[in-house]
Amino acid sequence: MLLEAIDIAKSYAGVRALKGVSFDLRAGEVHALVGENGAGKSTLIKVMTGAERPDAGTLRVGGREVPHMDPATSHALGIAAIYQQPALFPHLTVAENVALALEGGGFWRRVDWRRRRENAAALLARVGSAIDPMRTVDTLSMPEQQVVEIAKAIGANARIVVMDEPTASLTTREVEGLFQVIGRLREADVGVIYISHRLEEIFAVADRITVLRDGLTVETRPAAGVERAELIRMMVGREISSVFPKETIEIGAPVLEVQGVTSLASGVRDVSLTVRRGEILGIAGLVGSGRTELARTLFGLTPADAGTIRVNGTAVRISSPADAIRAGIAYVPEDRRQHGVVLDMSIAANTSLASLGAVSERGLIDRGRERAAAQEYVDRLRIKTPSVLADAGTLSGGNQQKVALARWLSTRPAVIILDEPTQGVDVGSKAEIHGLMQMLAARGLAIVMISSELPEILGMSDRIAVMHRGTIRGVLDRADATQPAILALALAQSPAH
Amino acid sequence: MRGLGRREASVAGAIVALGVVLAVVSPGFFARDNLTDLFLANVPVLIMGLGMTLVILTSHIDISVGSLFALCAVASGVLAKAGVPMPLVGAGACVIGVLAGIVNGSLVAFLRIPSIVVTLAMMIALREGLRWATEGAWIQDLPASYQWLGMPAAVYPLVVLASVLVLQAGFGWALGNLSVGRAVYATGSSHSAARLAGLPVEMMTVGVFAVSGALVAIAAVLNSVRFNQIPSNTGLGLELKVIAAVVVGGTAISGGRGSAFGTLLGVILLSAIGPALTFLGVSAYWERAIHGLIILAAVAIDAVRPELHARVARA
Repeated sequence: MLLEAIDIAKSYAGVRALKGVSFDLRAGEVHALVGENGAGKSTLIKVMTGAERPDAGTLRVGGREVPHMDPATSHALGIAAIYQQPALFPHLTVAENVALALEGGGFWRRVDWRRRRENAAALLARVGSAIDPMRTVDTLSMPEQQVVEIAKAIGANARIVVMDEPTASLTTREVEGLFQVIGRLREADVGVIYISHRLEEIFAVADRITVLRDGLTVETRPAAGVERAELIRMMVGREISSVFPKETIEIGAPVLEVQGVTSLASGVRDVSLTVRRGEILGIAGLVGSGRTELARTLFGLTPADAGTIRVNGTAVRISSPADAIRAGIAYVPEDRRQHGVVLDMSIAANTSLASLGAVSERGLIDRGRERAAAQEYVDRLRIKTPSVLADAGTLSGGNQQKVALARWLSTRPAVIILDEPTQGVDVGSKAEIHGLMQMLAARGLAIVMISSELPEILGMSDRIAVMHRGTIRGVLDRADATQPAILALALAQSPAH
Repeated sequence: MRGLGRREASVAGAIVALGVVLAVVSPGFFARDNLTDLFLANVPVLIMGLGMTLVILTSHIDISVGSLFALCAVASGVLAKAGVPMPLVGAGACVIGVLAGIVNGSLVAFLRIPSIVVTLAMMIALREGLRWATEGAWIQDLPASYQWLGMPAAVYPLVVLASVLVLQAGFGWALGNLSVGRAVYATGSSHSAARLAGLPVEMMTVGVFAVSGALVAIAAVLNSVRFNQIPSNTGLGLELKVIAAVVVGGTAISGGRGSAFGTLLGVILLSAIGPALTFLGVSAYWERAIHGLIILAAVAIDAVRPELHARVARA
């Protein structure tokens, strides 16, 4: 047994985040830790890595009790954590990043650059990567950065590797690459604690699964014997009738017609597509295939150089987001904390931000009307908040995403583009957002949904457009769409480097 | 944006405490003449603070305001001596201020050069250009129509007080109640979110620098008419006073949070400290050191507060 945590309890300011969680990890296994946001996963990780001290409970590493875990002790005991956002120095090289984590010695010692380079290259080779150690980290892709993190962990002789949502920004193919690395760790008898919201990954990679809910361990089971629906039930503590609430909605006239749109600035080439009333068009493709770039072009952030865009049959010129909003196009971007909601502003101010004209008279904002409009969306989208005057920053991820949605619904769009609408959102909120999409489609909205999660694409879309290298490689009907069919299009003619 | 913030409350508290101490120890501080002098001396900071609040709310900074102040003051004197009527003198100064603001704002908005670099260059260029043009000479022999704006000396402070109150109330109200005010806050909180919401982020940036420039011009003219000569090196270090007042008043240097009223309180606190020391019999040499301590305290509170919030929120 590599690690045992027994009856761990931890409270913050009187709120009990962990009420008595037990967890263990064996050598050479991948143990998945699942649960909704707020179930206590992060707190448990913090206790195990020494970032937080538990109020009660016992922690054993390698059979020996560790009474006072702190970050230095956990490092010395071979525990390493890899987070969603790699914590590397962007302007330093890969070799320097690895060396900073691993090399000891004093402040004034001389640096052996060649050894640094060779050491980094050797560690990267052990995880099956050929990244040039002299590249600076800011030139690496997200998955490459994660590989560097893993190499660092291995270099530190980590026996226990914690991965917290490592695939949140990876595409399917990159996830496969990560899984191969995890496979190597497993062969080397390292224990891996794996946290993810994506259940498919859990089933693909985990040997055992522990479910947390409300600060308690629900169950620990071998992954092989667990059904997907059962796992979801354990996580939310209630039955979710169907994971994707897809209903048949009558599909009407074309709302958005895009013909031959090209934007040199964003690398979008000759894209044609049509979305109809009540339809959900899924856009699949690898990260970098031009999905977000297409959305940004349609929304006027990188205006099209060629091609035509029609909304409800009328040709429109879109050279700025303001044009797009006027034309009836709305865009809920990915990474809501950065672009979606303004965290410093109230829910009411966030809701009205893209439609200030609707709640103001000659530039003068009618606070009452603004609040009433926001309240309507809070009720309709079931945003959990004590007041529309609360700052958006105080809400959970799922609720922030709903505020972003409220902002764009207030512009009364004909078509709404949702970019990764459920990224980093817990299972319960995810189902709710999918339900909202259904409701909006039923009301006649045309929806374009960009997603890296194939089950979501397959579960929610009426048609699926697959992008590759800035253009649409093919469109699949719901009936014909399968995971392999989408992947075949997404990977088609991949460059031979 | 939402009532009296905690920062405004604590700065107001500090002002009241200072006032109480002065009222007990040295009631002479509140003599009308003393307060009038104190007010007039700080009119530039009061007015320029409003413009700087806008600039900082959009997450930028303008350190060229001190040099621009000198340029506008000298220009107004030169125009007045050339026989230009007083309203046109004011307008001329404003045009210079707005133009400088547009140049600053355009370089920041369209070429994406950090505002501290752009305005540092502008600060040096204007200051050195002015030195070259005037050869260090002061503007003297100003016409009578320039002195006190051509008003009786006793009326002038009231007119200035009225102007400051109108500007203060107007900016405070506009930031809280107009769409354009909301756009200022949104731009400062997140440029990308504001752009996605269809707000004209570049125009907002140029706009706040231009408005700030106009306010610098107004401040320069209102200040210069109090004296019978205009030093060509006036306004040295003024930008730091202005920025300090805005920061102490609770406007986040990272943008998106703050208020015009907070800036007013910041100006009052910082400008009252020096004279208060004199009245309390402490050496006035302490003034700057105490300014520094107040700024440090204000910034430290900002740095510590999110930490405290986070500690509670993690629960």
